[in-house]
Amino acid sequence: MPSLKDIRNRINAVRQTRKITSAMKLVAGAKLRRAQEQALAARPFARAMGEMLGNLAAGVRDLPEAPKLLSGTGEEKRQLLVVVTADRGLCGAFNSQIARAARRWIHEQRAQGREVALYCVGRKGRDMLRREFGDCIVEAKIGVTGKRRIEFADAEAIAADLIGRFERGEFDVCTLLFNTFRSVMRQEVTFRRLIPVEAPERKEEESGEPRPVWEFEPEPGVILNELLPRNLAVQIYGALLENAAGEHGARMTAMDAATRNAGEMIEKLTLYYNRTRQAVITKEIIEIVSGAEALR
Amino acid sequence: MAEKVAFELISPERVLASVEADMVVVPGAEGDFGVLPLHAPLVSLLRPGVIRVYEGDRVTSRTFVGSGFAVVDERGLTVLAEEAEPLEQIDLERARRRLRELEEDLEDAKTDEERQRLERLVAVARARVEAAERPDI
Repeated sequence: MPSLKDIRNRINAVRQTRKITSAMKLVAGAKLRRAQEQALAARPFARAMGEMLGNLAAGVRDLPEAPKLLSGTGEEKRQLLVVVTADRGLCGAFNSQIARAARRWIHEQRAQGREVALYCVGRKGRDMLRREFGDCIVEAKIGVTGKRRIEFADAEAIAADLIGRFERGEFDVCTLLFNTFRSVMRQEVTFRRLIPVEAPERKEEESGEPRPVWEFEPEPGVILNELLPRNLAVQIYGALLENAAGEHGARMTAMDAATRNAGEMIEKLTLYYNRTRQAVITKEIIEIVSGAEALR
Repeated sequence: MAEKVAFELISPERVLASVEADMVVVPGAEGDFGVLPLHAPLVSLLRPGVIRVYEGDRVTSRTFVGSGFAVVDERGLTVLAEEAEPLEQIDLERARRRLRELEEDLEDAKTDEERQRLERLVAVARARVEAAERPDI
């Protein structure tokens, strides 16, 4: 049986933990609001860009001179997966659900005889995948997803790196894996193909209305060459922001649960402490009384 | 003349402007063009320059854009721009200093890739200085 002092120490330790978790919850809440605003503010640009790409791509995709970023290399043998996670832990299943999805995806691809390479953005993703797939990781960007404020330039740098690798022929298909922010409680694991581009469906085709005649200045091909790399950066930027908002949301939820658990634990320990204390007192009284009885 | 052009200026980070105007003049890659109500659908690349929003004959706002795209469709004009900045907020001294620094970097550039990247930046910086030097055009 633990001594009274042991229990007291235990209670104090749990109190300290609760202080930390509740502070982390408040911090995550504040950061969440900022990240959420940023993620929402970035959506109009991504949407407008997607629409424009859809308009342009429909007419050009099948032409032989279509940019490679749009039409792909015509093969699917070498796959690159960009894994976006947080740099830090203590946010529930946020990172591990990405790692799990990545693992399953890799096994599926390998079963189909494809080669897989991993491009990790965020420390946690790399750490979790390193043991099993260490030789597949071609790059690990750390310190981007943990930044206070994610800049568009961060996404541009990653996009430029990916395009460079694509042009050097390191892979055929590139897929982005990240958590989409649905609500504070919910993040959704999302796969999105980056290269070749998955053009959004055209609205006109759904409604059956005739397409407007578009003028292009300069030719669609030239515009596409400018648009595609930027679209890549925009997609990555969006993913980074969703990831950041999701991370803070997940951390807030996890820390809230941890704070509540710590509270319950303190209650239980306190009860146990009081019982033990009384038991000790009772025992001492019995000892004194029976000692006195024996002397009579 | 009740018709107006809906004009939206969006940067990757946020929506910078969303207004109704009589005319918007945009620096297209192949020359400036004005967008009036009921303009034909158009997609254009932008060159570094100034977007001017007209209210009647008067210019109500000028925004410098470094690069981007303009889309005109039935909903109006949408400009997707990186490096967008209201003209009156450009600090001319700082813009000039930045141009000088970039020009020096360009001279020191070693690889072709580096040079290309810097040439683009210099062009943007130069246009920015020129725009700030003549704020009333």
